[in-house]
Amino acid sequence: MFSPWLPFEWIVAVRFLRQGRLQTVFIIAGVAIGVGVIVFMSSLLSGLQSNFIRRVLSTQSHIQLLQPQQVTRPLRDGPDAPKEQIEGSIVQPPLQQTKSINQWQTVVNQVRAIEGVKVVSPVASGPMLVVRGSAIRAVTVSGIEPETYFRIVDFSDKILRGTSRLRGSDILIGDELSKDLGVSVGDKLHVTAATGATSVLTIAGVFDLGNKSANQRNTFTELRTAQSLLDLSGGVTSIEVTVQDIYAAETMAQKIAASIGVDADSWIKNSAQLFSAISAQSRANTAIRFFVGLSVAFGIASVLVVSVVQKSREIGILRAMGVSRGKILRLFLVQGGLLGFGGALAGSGVGALSLVLWQRLARNADGTPLFPMEFDSTMFCIALVLATITGLLAALAPALRAARLDPVEAIRG
Amino acid sequence: MDKPLVIQLRGVRKSYKVGTPFETEILHGIDLAVRRGEFCAVMGPSGSGKSTLLNIVGLLDRPTSGSLQIATQETTALNDHDLTRLRGHTIGFVFQHHHLITAFTALENVMIPMLGANGFPNAAMRERATELIESVGLSPWKDNLAGNMSGGQQQRVAIARALAMNPAVLLADEPTGNLDSKSADTVFALLRKFNQEQGTTLLFVTHNPELADRCDKTIQVIDGMVTE
Repeated sequence: MFSPWLPFEWIVAVRFLRQGRLQTVFIIAGVAIGVGVIVFMSSLLSGLQSNFIRRVLSTQSHIQLLQPQQVTRPLRDGPDAPKEQIEGSIVQPPLQQTKSINQWQTVVNQVRAIEGVKVVSPVASGPMLVVRGSAIRAVTVSGIEPETYFRIVDFSDKILRGTSRLRGSDILIGDELSKDLGVSVGDKLHVTAATGATSVLTIAGVFDLGNKSANQRNTFTELRTAQSLLDLSGGVTSIEVTVQDIYAAETMAQKIAASIGVDADSWIKNSAQLFSAISAQSRANTAIRFFVGLSVAFGIASVLVVSVVQKSREIGILRAMGVSRGKILRLFLVQGGLLGFGGALAGSGVGALSLVLWQRLARNADGTPLFPMEFDSTMFCIALVLATITGLLAALAPALRAARLDPVEAIRG
Repeated sequence: MDKPLVIQLRGVRKSYKVGTPFETEILHGIDLAVRRGEFCAVMGPSGSGKSTLLNIVGLLDRPTSGSLQIATQETTALNDHDLTRLRGHTIGFVFQHHHLITAFTALENVMIPMLGANGFPNAAMRERATELIESVGLSPWKDNLAGNMSGGQQQRVAIARALAMNPAVLLADEPTGNLDSKSADTVFALLRKFNQEQGTTLLFVTHNPELADRCDKTIQVIDGMVTE
């Protein structure tokens, strides 16, 4: 019996869809597969991408502030130089010495005051040699302020042995370096800087940054220890910054560089390759979505075109009984929208199910999931809305055709 | 005193493929007047223009020239929307091939014209439809899908549906043409009953002279011309 809540168009639309059982089931299955693929792929991709980014950002800051590079300018060049004068000078690029950032305490305070900045941490780093017996390794020593730096790079889950607490003569080294030198927590290391300064440091902890060469080259000490080794008393070589919105890092970096007068490199610029790979993936995904959407739309449209032909006699009768063209139009639009919506509903289910299966089946060798997948409820909602709109649009041509049917000819059949 | 005119045609012509070399005129200037409550048989050989005449009176088709008044309303200047409205409220159709909507039950089919006019279903509609189904003697079958009923039953549902909006005019295009004589009698008796009880005006197309004799008057359509 008729539900009193549904208007005429909906009642008839639902009946027509139910009557064309096989047609309806097939097209809903078709839409569902399309939407399922989109949902699955999008989740897979966004999971993959955010996993990538998380990995990249787990060992570096979002923005790195550096002292501007030194440049050499030919003496006579410039706006005042006479034009007819030809100069044959060779300009040699200057050496980039390890130099402290001017007034870095002021810079730190200025950057901290900028909205959207989370953590600011000064670092003094430079190349050094570690010596143990006859083994010598070149490393980068980064002098850090533990209380701020560990909020940028979280060492709590990266320490394999020992502790991440740093005191005056402590050093943190990577797993590979500890193997190369055959040392572990509590052992002493001879550290020699290029300036000739040497120091004996105690290994406080061994870490794993998830990257072999980083584990070989990177070491961390207290800021003051590095400063004295690098002959940078009171100075820092870089200021590490994290921001709230990681995707705004580049614009923030440009803002900082322009307002404070330091060089600012964002992670986006530093990992340009990764970023362009990600955006290429996103573009490919968009293209796939578009074409799947298009084929869904054509599927719905073709089913409805057939339905208009099948139902032309009914349309004629409805018209004869005083049903307006507008109602006939809406009757077919509703069918298109319902097919899109129903298909998307089923498709979201299919997509979610395949995500669960994927997470269960695709695993690392050690049994952990390949990467955490994202179930994004807004994406499901968007899929529903878009599929419904697609259905409506696809139904437009058949619906117009139905509305324009001449009732006399439609009834005659 | 004569009853008021319900249908009035003056000089109605109908041509198809107007403006092409194949232009053919089907109706050649028809004048026709039907008063309220008249039960008219429409007779004539195939291709004489009976159906075209009925489609024009039923506002499904527009005359090429001439004027048409339905229930004192001049229709030639109306747009499609108003024409559809007028059709829904004043005219009921019964076709030769019953033409029920097979996705609906008998009762629902009777409700459709009311639903189309009102938008949302309500209890009054159901009541009216139930009464109509009862009056055509199909109460036990009211919840059967229309597709599962016999031809005679379907035609009776079609009559109930045609009367749903209590139309002034009922157009029946060979409603008995496809039925056995017993069912045809039932259908004719029903039409006659509603004609007498509710004063519905009827145009009843038939090839059966016996049935035509039982009507109030006979309109002969021959070669696109009308003689009463």
